[in-house]
Amino acid sequence: MKQAAREYRRPKTLESVPTHYCPGCGHGIAHRLVAEVIDELGIAERTVGMAPVGCAVLAYDYFKIDMCEAPHGRTPAVATGIKRARPECIVFSYQGDGDLAAIGTAEIIHAANRGENISVFFVNNAVYGMTGGQMAPTTPNGAKTTTSPYGRNPKTEGHPIKVAELLANFESVVYSARTSLSSPKNVRETKRAIRKSFQAQIDNRGFSIVEVLSPCPTYWHMTPEAAMKEIDEVMSKVFPLGVYKDWEK
Amino acid sequence: MAERILMTGNEAMAEGAIRAGCRHYYGYPITPQNEVPEYMSRRMSEVGGTFIQSESELAAINMVLGAAAAGMRAMTSSSSPGISLKLEAISYMAGQQLPGVIANIQRGGPGLGEICASQADYFQAVKGGGHGDYQLIVLAPSGVQEMADMGTLAFDLADRYRNPVMILSDAQIGQMMEPIVWHEYTEPSDLPEKDWALTGAKGRPKRIIRSFFLKHGFLEKHNIMLQEKYARIREREVRYEETAVADAEVVIVAYGSAARIAKDVVSRRMKGSKVGLLRPITLWPFPGKRIRELAEAGKDFIVAEMSAGQMVEDVRLAVEGRSRVGFYGRIGGGFVTVDEMTEKAREMLAARGARK
Repeated sequence: MKQAAREYRRPKTLESVPTHYCPGCGHGIAHRLVAEVIDELGIAERTVGMAPVGCAVLAYDYFKIDMCEAPHGRTPAVATGIKRARPECIVFSYQGDGDLAAIGTAEIIHAANRGENISVFFVNNAVYGMTGGQMAPTTPNGAKTTTSPYGRNPKTEGHPIKVAELLANFESVVYSARTSLSSPKNVRETKRAIRKSFQAQIDNRGFSIVEVLSPCPTYWHMTPEAAMKEIDEVMSKVFPLGVYKDWEK
Repeated sequence: MAERILMTGNEAMAEGAIRAGCRHYYGYPITPQNEVPEYMSRRMSEVGGTFIQSESELAAINMVLGAAAAGMRAMTSSSSPGISLKLEAISYMAGQQLPGVIANIQRGGPGLGEICASQADYFQAVKGGGHGDYQLIVLAPSGVQEMADMGTLAFDLADRYRNPVMILSDAQIGQMMEPIVWHEYTEPSDLPEKDWALTGAKGRPKRIIRSFFLKHGFLEKHNIMLQEKYARIREREVRYEETAVADAEVVIVAYGSAARIAKDVVSRRMKGSKVGLLRPITLWPFPGKRIRELAEAGKDFIVAEMSAGQMVEDVRLAVEGRSRVGFYGRIGGGFVTVDEMTEKAREMLAARGARK
């Protein structure tokens, strides 16, 4: 069987600029997937993205679409304001684990519960990267960070928060999935989930979220390759991959 | 003649906003401003707008931020403790140059305080409150008619300068009823186009709403631009009202609720005593230049406010030692009285006599 030649090109929705991300960081892959899906759905001219506070704070420099900044964790509230003001726009928030699962817990839960017709891409790398490797609400038990130097102790710090499962409980949430970036197969799975989330919004179905397990070699103190293995061997055990809510099922 | 309607201050302000084309209101219940979200929940549905009772004051102001970023006239309201929560996003909006209207129906503080009228959030409103070098335009209504008028004016000012505007009112003015008249509203034709609003980058370069400037020197440039804008606002937007100031020896400076009491003191002109009133209508920009002129004309001042003495600092800065600046205040929800204010004015007049 003859296979058509495929060229590997930068998605139109990604700017041709170097990013500030560390070597081996998952944000580059996640950005690319979001941009590819925007291109494929042909929605770039009506999409408005939300950059969080955290490692992806400069996301507006990398996406070639209208973008807004939000105070730390308030991303879903700002996205709500934009979407309600311009329902014809496709609005997504791109958030990290500190932004979404710590300081912004109230905003994400209530945006989900209201069934805001937005897409949320939640990049979970289990650590505060931008501020230098502190403990996140999703840091696995026993993991050492700069603020859990003896390892996260669930008796004093609680257990990692499982966002995809949590938000699947809300009746107004139409899609909640957890994927990872650890292998080509998982990257393709992540892209499918992102596409499904955007499609839900285009079809006016309501709130959807894709939680993406992503490597942070810098603050996991590993090589990029080892960090990818860590996702499969440790992260995915704490945060099982899967679809937790799907309006079609 | 236009029809006179009896309304509460809170409802008049809400209706004024709707007449100005505000179709996005987000709020959280807190006394004494609950009439605003209640009114908006009813009216927004009638006019095809958006009302959300948000999960917190934080969420409400950030929804305003989002709607404003999308180019819409948007508003939130709260009372003192709730405004403290909103300050984070207010600072962002100032930095991002987003227009938006925030009403503070003040109550007593600090902390949870109580629910009676207070003017103790003056510093918070006019000196920043949130982080960074920024200014809000601050309007101080002293009656229900002004609540209605400022409900619309606030949006024009916000759009003209791409700046958040605060309506600084209090429990008394928000809750009381007075007859008002509605004027036909037409949007000023010279408001700048919102060529920065997020609408989807169709046939144009992308737009970014941001307050973050990591590259060295960019934030300083951004701040210089903001300060130049604030200077223009200072130049053009000072508003105040004077009562019997021309021949006054002592001028009471008071705004909002305190100014209503001061008007009574002045209208009585006890035994021909020469007391006038200067009522700032904008608290920022502050009518400092006018106060300085009056000081140069030899007048003394009493600042009357329901705080431990906040606006009095701005009056003292304006006169720069040229005049005496006395203070009369009630704190923690206490209300200023005609008798106490009159007594204070007498003391100041007597002190002038002794000096002569």
